[in-house]
Amino acid sequence: MMWGGPPAFGKRRMSDDHHDHGQTPPSDMALRVKALESLMVEKGLVDPAAVDAIVDHFEHKVGPRNGARVVARAWADPAYRQRLLADAGAAIGELGFGGGQGEHMIAVENTPDVHNLVVCTLCSCYPWPVLGLPPVWYKSPPYRSRAVIDPRGVLAEFETVLPPETAIRVWDSTAEVRYLVIPERPAGTEGLSEDELAALVTRNGMIGTARL
Amino acid sequence: MGGMHGLGPIAPETDEPPFHHDWEGRVHALVIASPAGGNIDARRHQRELIPGPVYLAMTYYEKWFEALRQSLLQGGHVTEAEMASARADPAAPKATPRLAARDVPKALSRLGSYLRDASAPAAFTVGDRVRARNLHPAGHTRLPRYARGRVGVIERVHGPHVYPDTHAHAGADDPRWLYLVRFTSRELWGLDAAENDSVSLDLWEPYLERAK
Repeated sequence: MMWGGPPAFGKRRMSDDHHDHGQTPPSDMALRVKALESLMVEKGLVDPAAVDAIVDHFEHKVGPRNGARVVARAWADPAYRQRLLADAGAAIGELGFGGGQGEHMIAVENTPDVHNLVVCTLCSCYPWPVLGLPPVWYKSPPYRSRAVIDPRGVLAEFETVLPPETAIRVWDSTAEVRYLVIPERPAGTEGLSEDELAALVTRNGMIGTARL
Repeated sequence: MGGMHGLGPIAPETDEPPFHHDWEGRVHALVIASPAGGNIDARRHQRELIPGPVYLAMTYYEKWFEALRQSLLQGGHVTEAEMASARADPAAPKATPRLAARDVPKALSRLGSYLRDASAPAAFTVGDRVRARNLHPAGHTRLPRYARGRVGVIERVHGPHVYPDTHAHAGADDPRWLYLVRFTSRELWGLDAAENDSVSLDLWEPYLERAK
Protein backbone atom coordinates (compact mmCIF):
# COMPACT_ATOMS: atom_id res chain seq x y z
CA MET A 1 0.00 0.00 0.00
CA MET A 2 1.27 3.48 -0.80
CA TRP A 3 1.92 5.73 2.14
CA GLY A 4 -0.98 8.15 2.20
CA GLY A 5 -0.31 10.34 5.21
CA PRO A 6 -0.74 9.58 8.86
CA PRO A 7 -3.65 7.34 9.85
CA ALA A 8 -6.47 9.13 11.60
CA PHE A 9 -5.52 8.10 15.14
CA GLY A 10 -8.31 8.60 17.57
CA LYS A 11 -10.93 8.82 14.89
CA ARG A 12 -13.29 6.12 13.87
CA ARG A 13 -12.63 4.69 10.46
CA MET A 14 -15.23 5.09 7.79
CA SER A 15 -15.71 1.35 7.50
CA ASP A 16 -16.35 1.13 11.24
CA ASP A 17 -18.56 4.13 11.37
CA HIS A 18 -21.82 2.47 12.09
CA HIS A 19 -23.10 1.08 15.32
CA ASP A 20 -23.33 -2.63 15.90
CA HIS A 21 -27.06 -2.76 16.26
CA GLY A 22 -29.46 -0.97 13.99
CA GLN A 23 -30.21 -0.96 10.31
CA THR A 24 -26.67 -1.22 8.98
CA PRO A 25 -24.95 -4.62 8.74
CA PRO A 26 -22.45 -5.42 11.50
CA SER A 27 -18.83 -4.54 10.78
CA ASP A 28 -16.10 -7.07 10.19
CA MET A 29 -14.74 -6.50 13.71
CA ALA A 30 -18.18 -6.96 15.24
CA LEU A 31 -18.47 -10.34 13.50
CA ARG A 32 -14.96 -11.44 14.44
CA VAL A 33 -15.45 -10.52 18.10
CA LYS A 34 -18.83 -12.24 18.19
CA ALA A 35 -17.27 -15.39 16.73
CA LEU A 36 -14.46 -15.39 19.29
CA GLU A 37 -16.83 -14.78 22.19
CA SER A 38 -19.07 -17.66 21.02
CA LEU A 39 -16.06 -19.94 20.84
CA MET A 40 -14.86 -18.91 24.29
CA VAL A 41 -18.33 -19.51 25.73
CA GLU A 42 -18.65 -22.87 23.96
CA LYS A 43 -15.31 -23.95 25.44
CA GLY A 44 -16.27 -22.80 28.92
CA LEU A 45 -13.55 -20.15 28.98
CA VAL A 46 -15.87 -17.26 29.84
CA ASP A 47 -19.31 -16.83 31.36
CA PRO A 48 -21.31 -14.55 29.00
CA ALA A 49 -23.17 -13.05 31.97
CA ALA A 50 -19.81 -12.09 33.47
CA VAL A 51 -18.88 -10.40 30.20
CA ASP A 52 -22.17 -8.46 30.35
CA ALA A 53 -21.46 -7.43 33.95
CA ILE A 54 -17.95 -6.21 33.11
CA VAL A 55 -19.22 -4.10 30.19
CA ASP A 56 -21.90 -2.64 32.48
CA HIS A 57 -19.26 -1.75 35.08
CA PHE A 58 -17.19 0.25 32.60
CA GLU A 59 -20.20 1.90 31.00
CA HIS A 60 -22.02 2.83 34.19
CA LYS A 61 -20.04 2.33 37.43
CA VAL A 62 -16.79 4.15 36.75
CA GLY A 63 -16.18 7.41 34.93
CA PRO A 64 -14.97 10.96 35.44
CA ARG A 65 -17.94 11.79 37.67
CA ASN A 66 -16.15 9.81 40.40
CA GLY A 67 -13.00 11.89 40.04
CA ALA A 68 -15.07 15.08 39.96
CA ARG A 69 -16.48 14.20 43.38
CA VAL A 70 -12.96 13.71 44.72
CA VAL A 71 -11.85 17.10 43.36
CA ALA A 72 -14.97 18.89 44.63
CA ARG A 73 -14.44 17.44 48.11
CA ALA A 74 -10.80 18.56 48.03
CA TRP A 75 -11.88 22.09 47.09
CA ALA A 76 -14.59 22.22 49.74
CA ASP A 77 -12.79 20.53 52.61
CA PRO A 78 -9.18 21.59 53.36
CA ALA A 79 -8.62 18.61 55.66
CA TYR A 80 -9.73 16.23 52.90
CA ARG A 81 -7.41 18.02 50.44
CA GLN A 82 -4.51 17.40 52.83
CA ARG A 83 -5.39 13.72 53.12
CA LEU A 84 -5.72 13.45 49.33
CA LEU A 85 -2.28 14.95 48.78
CA ALA A 86 -0.74 12.80 51.51
CA ASP A 87 -2.37 9.45 50.61
CA ALA A 88 -4.59 9.69 47.54
CA GLY A 89 -5.61 6.02 47.56
CA ALA A 90 -6.99 6.22 51.10
CA ALA A 91 -8.72 9.56 50.49
CA ILE A 92 -10.34 8.30 47.28
CA GLY A 93 -11.38 5.17 49.16
CA GLU A 94 -13.21 7.36 51.70
CA LEU A 95 -15.63 8.25 48.89
CA GLY A 96 -16.10 4.58 48.00
CA PHE A 97 -13.94 4.46 44.88
CA GLY A 98 -11.23 1.90 44.26
CA GLY A 99 -10.27 -1.12 42.20
CA GLY A 100 -8.09 -2.13 39.26
CA GLN A 101 -5.86 0.59 37.81
CA GLY A 102 -6.23 2.58 41.03
CA GLU A 103 -3.95 0.48 43.24
CA HIS A 104 -1.34 3.18 43.83
CA MET A 105 -2.79 6.67 43.46
CA ILE A 106 -1.05 10.03 43.64
CA ALA A 107 -2.92 13.34 43.42
CA VAL A 108 -1.04 16.31 41.96
CA GLU A 109 -2.34 19.81 42.40
CA ASN A 110 -2.36 22.65 39.89
CA THR A 111 -1.39 26.08 41.21
CA PRO A 112 -0.89 29.43 39.48
CA ASP A 113 2.82 28.47 39.18
CA VAL A 114 2.60 24.77 38.27
CA HIS A 115 0.42 22.91 35.78
CA ASN A 116 0.32 19.11 35.78
CA LEU A 117 -0.23 16.88 32.73
CA VAL A 118 -0.61 13.09 32.82
CA VAL A 119 0.31 10.69 30.02
CA CYS A 120 1.28 7.06 29.48
CA THR A 121 3.86 7.04 26.69
CA LEU A 122 4.23 3.24 26.87
CA CYS A 123 0.59 2.16 26.61
CA SER A 124 -2.63 3.55 28.12
CA CYS A 125 -2.25 3.61 31.93
CA TYR A 126 -5.06 5.65 33.46
CA PRO A 127 -6.82 5.75 36.87
CA TRP A 128 -9.95 3.73 36.04
CA PRO A 129 -11.72 3.98 39.45
CA VAL A 130 -11.80 7.79 39.35
CA LEU A 131 -11.78 8.57 35.62
CA GLY A 132 -13.21 5.44 33.96
CA LEU A 133 -11.67 4.26 30.71
CA PRO A 134 -9.38 6.66 28.86
CA PRO A 135 -10.59 8.58 25.82
CA VAL A 136 -9.26 7.40 22.47
CA TRP A 137 -6.95 10.40 22.06
CA TYR A 138 -5.24 9.62 25.39
CA LYS A 139 -4.22 6.14 24.23
CA SER A 140 -3.36 7.16 20.66
CA PRO A 141 0.16 7.76 19.28
CA PRO A 142 -0.10 11.57 18.74
CA TYR A 143 -0.75 12.29 22.44
CA ARG A 144 1.52 9.53 23.76
CA SER A 145 4.44 10.71 21.65
CA ARG A 146 4.22 14.47 22.10
CA ALA A 147 2.92 15.08 25.65
CA VAL A 148 6.44 14.61 27.02
CA ILE A 149 8.43 16.53 24.41
CA ASP A 150 5.98 19.32 23.55
CA PRO A 151 3.43 19.71 26.35
CA ARG A 152 2.67 23.32 25.41
CA GLY A 153 1.96 22.35 21.81
CA VAL A 154 -0.27 19.52 23.02
CA LEU A 155 -2.14 21.85 25.36
CA ALA A 156 -2.66 24.31 22.49
CA GLU A 157 -4.46 21.53 20.59
CA PHE A 158 -6.90 21.48 23.51
CA GLU A 159 -7.11 25.29 23.34
CA THR A 160 -5.32 25.49 26.67
CA VAL A 161 -2.68 28.20 26.73
CA LEU A 162 -0.51 28.69 29.81
CA PRO A 163 1.54 31.75 30.67
CA PRO A 164 5.21 31.08 29.79
CA GLU A 165 6.19 31.44 33.45
CA THR A 166 3.90 28.58 34.51
CA ALA A 167 6.00 25.43 34.90
CA ILE A 168 4.58 22.26 33.37
CA ARG A 169 5.09 19.00 35.20
CA VAL A 170 4.43 15.99 33.00
CA TRP A 171 3.78 12.65 34.70
CA ASP A 172 4.56 9.62 32.50
CA SER A 173 2.70 6.66 34.05
CA THR A 174 5.41 4.07 33.52
CA ALA A 175 4.60 1.83 36.51
CA GLU A 176 1.41 0.86 38.40
CA VAL A 177 1.21 4.31 39.99
CA ARG A 178 -1.68 6.38 38.66
CA TYR A 179 -1.91 10.17 38.72
CA LEU A 180 -4.96 12.40 39.22
CA VAL A 181 -4.71 16.14 38.59
CA ILE A 182 -6.53 18.40 41.04
CA PRO A 183 -7.40 21.43 38.90
CA GLU A 184 -7.40 24.94 40.34
CA ARG A 185 -10.75 25.91 41.74
CA PRO A 186 -12.34 28.44 39.38
CA ALA A 187 -12.79 31.97 40.68
CA GLY A 188 -16.25 33.01 41.81
CA THR A 189 -17.29 29.57 43.07
CA GLU A 190 -17.16 30.38 46.79
CA GLY A 191 -20.86 29.91 47.45
CA LEU A 192 -21.30 26.66 45.53
CA SER A 193 -22.24 23.33 47.09
CA GLU A 194 -20.04 20.27 46.62
CA ASP A 195 -22.45 18.91 43.99
CA GLU A 196 -22.32 22.18 42.09
CA LEU A 197 -18.53 22.20 42.31
CA ALA A 198 -18.34 18.62 41.02
CA ALA A 199 -20.38 19.62 37.98
CA LEU A 200 -17.61 22.07 37.02
CA VAL A 201 -14.88 19.41 36.99
CA THR A 202 -14.11 17.87 33.60
CA ARG A 203 -12.23 14.73 32.60
CA ASN A 204 -9.65 16.77 30.68
CA GLY A 205 -9.19 18.98 33.72
CA MET A 206 -8.23 15.89 35.75
CA ILE A 207 -5.80 14.69 33.02
CA GLY A 208 -4.36 18.18 32.73
CA THR A 209 -5.18 18.97 29.10
CA ALA A 210 -7.68 21.61 30.22
CA ARG A 211 -7.92 24.30 32.86
CA LEU A 212 -11.29 24.94 34.43
CA MET B 1 6.93 6.35 21.44
CA GLY B 2 7.51 9.22 23.88
CA GLY B 3 9.34 12.06 22.15
CA MET B 4 8.51 11.20 18.53
CA HIS B 5 7.22 13.84 16.17
CA GLY B 6 5.07 13.36 13.11
CA LEU B 7 2.39 10.97 14.38
CA GLY B 8 -0.39 13.37 13.51
CA PRO B 9 -2.75 15.72 15.32
CA ILE B 10 -4.54 14.84 18.54
CA ALA B 11 -8.23 14.38 17.90
CA PRO B 12 -10.20 15.15 21.06
CA GLU B 13 -13.84 14.17 20.93
CA THR B 14 -16.62 15.82 22.93
CA ASP B 15 -18.56 13.59 25.37
CA GLU B 16 -16.67 10.50 24.31
CA PRO B 17 -18.37 7.22 25.35
CA PRO B 18 -16.40 4.42 27.08
CA PHE B 19 -16.85 2.25 23.99
CA HIS B 20 -17.61 3.41 20.43
CA HIS B 21 -18.98 0.04 19.36
CA ASP B 22 -20.52 -2.82 21.28
CA TRP B 23 -17.68 -5.09 20.15
CA GLU B 24 -15.10 -2.88 21.88
CA GLY B 25 -16.85 -3.39 25.22
CA ARG B 26 -17.02 -7.15 24.57
CA VAL B 27 -13.27 -7.27 23.80
CA HIS B 28 -12.44 -5.29 26.94
CA ALA B 29 -14.56 -7.62 29.06
CA LEU B 30 -13.30 -10.80 27.36
CA VAL B 31 -9.73 -9.79 28.13
CA ILE B 32 -10.59 -9.24 31.80
CA ALA B 33 -12.56 -12.50 32.08
CA SER B 34 -10.21 -14.59 29.94
CA PRO B 35 -8.19 -17.34 31.60
CA ALA B 36 -5.41 -16.73 29.09
CA GLY B 37 -4.52 -13.10 29.56
CA GLY B 38 -1.70 -13.72 31.99
CA ASN B 39 -0.64 -10.89 34.24
CA ILE B 40 -0.81 -7.22 33.29
CA ASP B 41 2.78 -7.09 32.07
CA ALA B 42 2.39 -10.22 29.96
CA ARG B 43 -0.72 -8.69 28.39
CA ARG B 44 1.14 -5.47 27.65
CA HIS B 45 4.00 -7.40 26.11
CA GLN B 46 1.57 -9.40 23.97
CA ARG B 47 0.33 -6.13 22.49
CA GLU B 48 3.89 -4.87 22.00
CA LEU B 49 4.67 -7.96 19.93
CA ILE B 50 2.27 -6.76 17.22
CA PRO B 51 4.62 -5.63 14.38
CA GLY B 52 5.16 -1.86 14.40
CA PRO B 53 3.57 -0.93 11.06
CA VAL B 54 0.50 -3.03 11.88
CA TYR B 55 0.38 -1.70 15.47
CA LEU B 56 0.31 1.91 14.27
CA ALA B 57 -2.52 1.23 11.82
CA MET B 58 -4.72 -0.60 14.36
CA THR B 59 -7.31 0.99 16.63
CA TYR B 60 -6.85 0.42 20.34
CA TYR B 61 -9.34 -2.41 20.70
CA GLU B 62 -8.17 -4.09 17.50
CA LYS B 63 -4.83 -4.44 19.30
CA TRP B 64 -6.55 -5.86 22.37
CA PHE B 65 -8.48 -8.31 20.19
CA GLU B 66 -5.37 -9.51 18.37
CA ALA B 67 -3.44 -9.91 21.64
CA LEU B 68 -6.37 -11.85 23.15
CA ARG B 69 -6.44 -14.22 20.16
CA GLN B 70 -2.70 -14.82 20.42
CA SER B 71 -2.81 -15.40 24.17
CA LEU B 72 -5.64 -17.96 23.81
CA LEU B 73 -3.62 -19.84 21.18
CA GLN B 74 -0.30 -19.67 23.03
CA GLY B 75 -1.88 -20.61 26.35
CA GLY B 76 -3.35 -23.72 24.74
CA HIS B 77 -6.91 -22.64 25.53
CA VAL B 78 -7.94 -22.63 21.87
CA THR B 79 -6.37 -24.55 18.98
CA GLU B 80 -5.57 -23.07 15.58
CA ALA B 81 -8.31 -25.22 14.06
CA GLU B 82 -10.86 -24.00 16.58
CA MET B 83 -9.82 -20.40 16.02
CA ALA B 84 -10.13 -20.79 12.25
CA SER B 85 -13.54 -22.49 12.38
CA ALA B 86 -14.86 -20.60 15.43
CA ARG B 87 -16.16 -23.97 16.64
CA ALA B 88 -14.99 -25.92 19.67
CA ASP B 89 -13.49 -29.32 19.06
CA PRO B 90 -16.26 -31.66 20.36
CA ALA B 91 -13.60 -33.99 21.79
CA ALA B 92 -11.95 -31.24 23.87
CA PRO B 93 -12.91 -31.04 27.57
CA LYS B 94 -15.03 -28.05 28.54
CA ALA B 95 -13.42 -25.61 30.96
CA THR B 96 -15.07 -23.79 33.86
CA PRO B 97 -15.04 -19.98 33.52
CA ARG B 98 -12.52 -18.36 35.84
CA LEU B 99 -14.87 -15.46 36.62
CA ALA B 100 -18.59 -16.00 37.34
CA ALA B 101 -21.04 -13.14 36.84
CA ARG B 102 -21.80 -12.91 40.57
CA ASP B 103 -18.10 -12.39 41.33
CA VAL B 104 -17.60 -9.54 38.85
CA PRO B 105 -18.38 -6.57 41.17
CA LYS B 106 -16.00 -7.92 43.80
CA ALA B 107 -13.28 -8.68 41.24
CA LEU B 108 -13.46 -5.21 39.72
CA SER B 109 -13.53 -3.28 42.98
CA ARG B 110 -10.82 -5.34 44.68
CA LEU B 111 -7.92 -3.09 45.56
CA GLY B 112 -4.85 -5.15 44.77
CA SER B 113 -1.31 -4.00 45.24
CA TYR B 114 1.93 -4.28 43.32
CA LEU B 115 3.90 -3.52 46.48
CA ARG B 116 5.90 -6.47 47.85
CA ASP B 117 8.32 -7.15 50.70
CA ALA B 118 11.87 -5.93 50.20
CA SER B 119 14.63 -8.46 49.73
CA ALA B 120 17.35 -5.78 49.93
CA PRO B 121 17.54 -2.19 51.15
CA ALA B 122 16.84 0.61 48.66
CA ALA B 123 19.95 1.79 46.84
CA PHE B 124 18.72 5.36 46.43
CA THR B 125 16.96 7.95 48.53
CA VAL B 126 15.07 11.16 47.90
CA GLY B 127 17.34 13.82 46.39
CA ASP B 128 19.84 11.39 44.85
CA ARG B 129 20.93 12.08 41.29
CA VAL B 130 20.54 9.03 39.09
CA ARG B 131 21.14 8.22 35.45
CA ALA B 132 18.73 5.99 33.57
CA ARG B 133 20.86 3.18 32.21
CA ASN B 134 21.34 2.76 28.49
CA LEU B 135 19.42 -0.53 28.31
CA HIS B 136 17.85 -1.97 25.18
CA PRO B 137 16.35 -5.35 26.08
CA ALA B 138 14.60 -7.37 23.38
CA GLY B 139 11.79 -8.27 25.80
CA HIS B 140 9.36 -6.21 27.83
CA THR B 141 10.58 -3.17 29.71
CA ARG B 142 8.98 -0.05 31.20
CA LEU B 143 12.04 2.16 30.75
CA PRO B 144 11.09 4.57 27.97
CA ARG B 145 13.71 5.08 25.28
CA TYR B 146 13.65 8.87 25.72
CA ALA B 147 14.91 8.63 29.32
CA ARG B 148 17.82 6.26 28.66
CA GLY B 149 21.15 7.88 29.45
CA ARG B 150 19.51 10.92 31.05
CA VAL B 151 20.07 12.21 34.59
CA GLY B 152 17.24 12.94 37.00
CA VAL B 153 16.59 13.30 40.71
CA ILE B 154 14.79 10.80 42.94
CA GLU B 155 11.66 12.52 44.15
CA ARG B 156 9.88 9.72 45.97
CA VAL B 157 10.59 6.13 46.98
CA HIS B 158 7.50 4.04 46.17
CA GLY B 159 8.80 0.82 47.71
CA PRO B 160 9.52 -2.60 46.18
CA HIS B 161 7.11 -3.18 43.30
CA VAL B 162 6.54 -6.14 40.98
CA TYR B 163 9.20 -5.86 38.27
CA PRO B 164 7.66 -5.89 34.79
CA ASP B 165 10.78 -6.97 32.93
CA THR B 166 10.64 -10.31 34.76
CA HIS B 167 6.90 -10.44 35.42
CA ALA B 168 5.98 -10.22 31.71
CA HIS B 169 8.03 -13.29 30.81
CA ALA B 170 8.52 -15.54 33.82
CA GLY B 171 5.37 -14.52 35.68
CA ALA B 172 7.36 -14.11 38.90
CA ASP B 173 6.90 -10.91 40.92
CA ASP B 174 10.68 -10.38 41.32
CA PRO B 175 10.07 -7.16 43.31
CA ARG B 176 12.51 -4.29 42.83
CA TRP B 177 12.57 -0.83 44.37
CA LEU B 178 10.49 1.66 42.44
CA TYR B 179 11.28 5.38 42.44
CA LEU B 180 9.67 8.52 41.13
CA VAL B 181 12.43 10.21 39.12
CA ARG B 182 12.11 13.77 37.88
CA PHE B 183 14.01 14.90 34.78
CA THR B 184 14.15 18.49 33.60
CA SER B 185 12.73 18.89 30.13
CA ARG B 186 16.03 20.43 29.05
CA GLU B 187 17.93 17.32 30.19
CA LEU B 188 15.61 15.18 28.06
CA TRP B 189 15.05 17.39 25.04
CA GLY B 190 17.76 20.04 24.97
CA LEU B 191 17.74 23.78 25.26
CA ASP B 192 14.63 24.29 23.15
CA ALA B 193 12.53 22.97 26.04
CA ALA B 194 11.03 25.45 28.52
CA GLU B 195 13.38 26.16 31.40
CA ASN B 196 11.07 25.18 34.24
CA ASP B 197 9.27 22.22 32.68
CA SER B 198 9.96 18.66 33.80
CA VAL B 199 8.91 15.08 33.21
CA SER B 200 8.59 12.57 36.04
CA LEU B 201 8.70 8.81 35.52
CA ASP B 202 8.33 5.81 37.81
CA LEU B 203 11.49 3.74 37.32
CA TRP B 204 12.69 0.51 38.91
CA GLU B 205 16.12 0.23 40.50
CA PRO B 206 17.67 -1.98 37.77
CA TYR B 207 17.00 0.87 35.31
CA LEU B 208 19.08 3.32 37.35
CA GLU B 209 22.68 4.02 38.31
CA ARG B 210 24.09 6.69 40.59
CA ALA B 211 25.07 9.91 38.80
CA LYS B 212 27.54 12.51 39.93
